[in-house]
Parts: sequence; structure tokens; C-alpha cells
Amino acid sequence: MSATTDPYASTTDSTDGPVFTVTGQDWDTIDPSLADSDHIVVNMGPQHPSTHGVLRLVLEIDGETVTDARAGIGYLHTGIEKNMEYRTWTQGVTFCTRMDYVAPFSNEAAYVAAVEKLLQIEDQVPQRAMDIRVLMLELNRISSHLVCLATGGMEIGALTVMTCGFRDRELILDCFEAISGLRMNHAYFRPGGVAQDLPDDGLQRVRDTVALLKKRLPEYAALCNANPIFKRRLKGVGHLELAGALALGLTGPVVRATGYDWDLRRTQPYWGYDTYDFDVVTWDEPDAYGRFRVRLDEMWESLKIVEQALSRLEASQGDPVMIADRKIAWPAQLSVGADGQGNSPEHIAHIMGESMEALIHHFKLVTEGFRVPAGQVYAAVESPRGEIGCHAVSDGGTRPYRVHFRDPSFVNLQGTSIMSEGSMISDVIVAIASIDPVMGGVDR
Amino acid sequence: MTPEKDETPGEEVVPAGAQPFEVIDVREGSFGVHGSGDTSGFGGLNTTIVMPPASTAPFGGWFDEVAEHLEDGVSGAIEKVVVDRGEITFHIARSHLLETVRHLRDDPTLRFELCSSLSGVHYPNETGRELHVAIHLLSMSFRRRIRVEVSVPEGDPHLPSIVPVYPTADWHERETYDMFGIVFDGHPGLTRILMPDDWPGHPQRKDYPLGGIPVEYKGATIPAPDQRRRYS
Repeated sequence: MSATTDPYASTTDSTDGPVFTVTGQDWDTIDPSLADSDHIVVNMGPQHPSTHGVLRLVLEIDGETVTDARAGIGYLHTGIEKNMEYRTWTQGVTFCTRMDYVAPFSNEAAYVAAVEKLLQIEDQVPQRAMDIRVLMLELNRISSHLVCLATGGMEIGALTVMTCGFRDRELILDCFEAISGLRMNHAYFRPGGVAQDLPDDGLQRVRDTVALLKKRLPEYAALCNANPIFKRRLKGVGHLELAGALALGLTGPVVRATGYDWDLRRTQPYWGYDTYDFDVVTWDEPDAYGRFRVRLDEMWESLKIVEQALSRLEASQGDPVMIADRKIAWPAQLSVGADGQGNSPEHIAHIMGESMEALIHHFKLVTEGFRVPAGQVYAAVESPRGEIGCHAVSDGGTRPYRVHFRDPSFVNLQGTSIMSEGSMISDVIVAIASIDPVMGGVDR
Repeated sequence: MTPEKDETPGEEVVPAGAQPFEVIDVREGSFGVHGSGDTSGFGGLNTTIVMPPASTAPFGGWFDEVAEHLEDGVSGAIEKVVVDRGEITFHIARSHLLETVRHLRDDPTLRFELCSSLSGVHYPNETGRELHVAIHLLSMSFRRRIRVEVSVPEGDPHLPSIVPVYPTADWHERETYDMFGIVFDGHPGLTRILMPDDWPGHPQRKDYPLGGIPVEYKGATIPAPDQRRRYS
């Protein structure tokens, strides 16, 4: 039989013999005498409810056992790195926050850390701005882990975990909305500080949320930790020891579940993490269950950090949240107008009515941006999924010459094959859920 | 386009024995506009783009220790060392790359266990060294980070794959091939990873257009991002 030109043809020849394409409900169309083995290649995804987004899995299966698993990515590639080369350094935040949309603050953190390192202004960023960043990062870690538990639970049929997870994540997103104006894609961290100070009720809101979370987080432990169904689905699945994890570059909860306490917040601290009191959570079972327990406990540690950050922010009320250097600090200020949004009327009055120099300065900084001396840096922070790094190159201009993000989901997803080959198809879902990839970050 | 030893502005501040500045480009004019009858004077601008120059020992802190142990292990591999903004970059000849990273990983005094990241940068005007590959290594034992940089010419964009040493580089190298067209010899399956398999061109190269489209807003047209004024 020659190769057919009809892409939807049911049977074609390949070097491995005839290939049958069945899409469900049509197995009867294959003559059983032609198919002499149970060896099947299954394309799971890119649109599949259990693949954590648009992830395509090419699974070679023998019966129910996966003999070869490969991940196909790129379906969510949006050229964020290329786009950032055509915007100012400040505008870059707006792009990179959209990569890993479940942990947007981590993306922003890696990027602004890199830009500040390039500008060599790390020690000029106000303390209050760094405390706000830590607060947001840790709240984001909780919300991200909640999504991981929620979607991971849903994929194994534990729908209650899903509804609880998204219910509690919503509390945190409400805080984000009150503070940054947006539930996701905040663009709140800026080179030199943060976009704006906390609103008047910001601290109280976060405090109330922390109190509520403290009541609700035990529910996950009570529902899952000793649940026999949950444990049977997770224990021993997606096993990966430390040596394999490091060879494949995996970081974050996957590594900490092997017992290695590698956490950049502790080992290479940034923004004052070394002054916070928290424990790096580890577990001694390098499987899906261990990773689940690491995430569960990490949420409590993040709550500890949030509470410490809250008391620091209480003490520093009124302090600046943007660098004093007027050649870098964003000139415009936001305020809440009658319609719920808008620019600060004082600033508008100043540049439009009082000072032509201020207007020129505003215009130059907003349209042209600030210049960054030529050179390159790499800055890494601990995202909920592991090390997110930003390699930023400047040619001395007002735009990044090149920005590359080392996204933890991208790297961790390389563990798919080793975690799922030899296991059942249903365990592939659990293994990938335990990696917790976010395809927006993988594909960028 | 520009020979490296063209002109070295600010030569007097270069410490004795240092190599010349890294000139990556010389740009004329401003705003990216040419032949427009610009009377502002910016059209006559002539800017030399230089990257941080090579450093000479002592580099300070643990940099010296790493540099010595690296030099001992693979002599002649290091083309240049750049210490800038608290980071150290080793420029390595591509022929020595594999043994260098193997030494960096295995030497008990170096122990760079994790390859954090690998990616490319395109400098179209750095003749003969247009494509750079930046490898970020992390020593978890010593809590140190270094950058290993390899440059290859656009006409011969080959360098050895480091997958045999760091399996994690698999997808990084595929992405770098996809985006820059850099070929990693010895990679187990160097195919495109983010772009479709039949995509023409390598999008992260500087000569690959962004493909932006103008935006219309209330009757006015805002040019595409790549058509707007540039200041650099």
C-alpha cells in the first residue's frame, strides 16, 4: 500500500508497518487480524483535561503500561522574550508576568532582580518595597500550591480538593486585586521598587486572609494526608531520586521531596529572606506523595513569612516604595478616582500646570525609558516550582538586548519520561501533576 | 562589520595588560530613522557599543579559586575572563567546551552540579563571533554561580552538545537551536521545540523581524513596536 495523501485516512504505511488512526468509538473498524500486538502509540493532548494545559504527551503503550513517554511542548509559545526586546526595561515586566500565570510575581521578581543587578541599584531599593515583594511572593506561593493541589486532585478524581483549592486561592487573588489592581498578570514589581504602595486597608485584608487560611489549610491535610485512595494513587508514583533530579535539572518541591533542602530563599537569599524565620520543608519520599506533602507544609512556612512581612510593613508605613533616583523611578503615580481607576491628580497638575521640566522628565522616562549600562547578569529566585532565572543582556540602551528566562516548569517537565515510563497510563497523569508544570511558563 | 580593534574609546582607563574592549556594534544616528532630513543633530551620532572588558587576575573572592582550578584542569581552554557586576564569565573555546564542563562538574574543588540554564545571544555585528551561547552553572555544594560563554560564527554555528555531561541541557539546547539556529553536535535529538517543525528561520536572531502590526486607535495609527522610535 502506498502512502496516502489524505491526512484523515484511517490506515497508512510506515517503516514500522501499517499505522491505524483511531480516535475513539471506532475500534471496530480495525481488522483484528492486522493488528498483531497491543503496542499502541497514544497522543494525549494537547487539548486534554488531565495535561495541565496544552501539553502534548506521546505515549507508547503496551496494554496499560507506558513503555515510552515524550512531552511535546510549544503550543503556548507567544514570543515573550522576543517581544521584550522591543519595549523599554520597565514595560518588560508587563510581558514576563504573563509567562507562568499561576505564579506571576515570581516571573516579575526574577526580571526586576536582573534589571536591578544590571543597574547596580540593589542596595538603593527601599526596604519597604522589598518587604512588599516578599509578602506578595509568599502569598503567591500559597495560591500557586493551592492550584497545584486543586488541579492535581481533580485529575485523579478528587473533585473536593479542586473546589477547596480554588475557593481558597480566590481569597489570595482578592488580596492581589486590592493591592496591585489585578488578580493575575500584575506588573506590580518594577525596577527600583513596586508600582504603588499598599492601599489603606491592604494590611488588614491580608491579615484577615491569613487568619482564614489558617482555618482552611488543615482541611487539605485532613482530607488527603491519610486518605487511603489518595495515598494509593500517589505513593511510589513518579519516583525520582536526587541524582536523577539534579542531572535533569529539576528544582523546587521535586528536589526537596528527595530530602535535599535546596531552596534559594535560604541558600542564596535575596531581598532580605535571610532575616525571616522559616523552615525549608523536605520529605524523604521522592514521589508524588512526597511532593504533595512538601507543598502542603510549604504553605504553612509561607504563612509564617507573610506574618513577619506584615509586622514589618506595619512598622514602615509611609516609607517610600520606589527608588529615590528620579532617573529610574517611574514618575507617574496612580490613585483611585471616582470611576475606580486613574492617575494621581496631584502629579497631573504638577506636570501640566507647574513644571515644564517635570513634564519633559515624565515624557522622556515614560516613552524613552532609562538606559541600562551594557553587560549581562543572571538573577534567580525561588518560584513555587523551583528556580526561575533571568539572563538579561543590555547593550546600553533603553530596551533589553536579550532576556532569557530559565523557567522551572520548562526544565522540570523533562522529568516526564523518567517518572512515567514503566508505569500505568493513569500514573502518568499523577506524575505530571506532581511536577506541577504551567504551560505558559514552559512555552513562554 | 566592525573589526574588534577598530577604535578603543576611553583607552586610558583600561588597566595595563587587559584585552581591548568588547566592541559589539557601532551605531549611527538615533531613533532608527535615516534620511529623514533630521535637523536635531542626533542623526550624526556615532555610538560604539562595548560590553564589559576582560578582567585580569586577581578577580577577587572565590573567583580566583575557581579560575585557578579550571585553568589547572583544562589548560588553554579559557579565552577570556570577565568579572562584572559580581558575576564571573569564562569565555571558552568551543573545541574545549565539553572537557571544560565535565571538569567543572566533576572536580571536587569546583562541583558545579547543576546546569541552571543554557541559551543564546545574537550579536550580528561581532564579526566571526556572531552567536554566543551562555551556560549558567550552579555549584550547590559551594553555593556559587558562574557563566560559561562560547561564541561561534554565523557561517559555522556548531559547538559540542553538553548533554553527555548535563542531561538537563537537552531541552535548553533544542530551544537554542530553535531560536538561534545554533547546532549542538552530539545532541540526542536536535529538533525544534517551541516553534512548529516546519517553521522557516530562527526567531530570536536579530535579523528576524518581530512582525508587529500597527494599532489603530480612534482614527490614529500607532506604529508596530518594531517600527517605533529607537533610542539605542
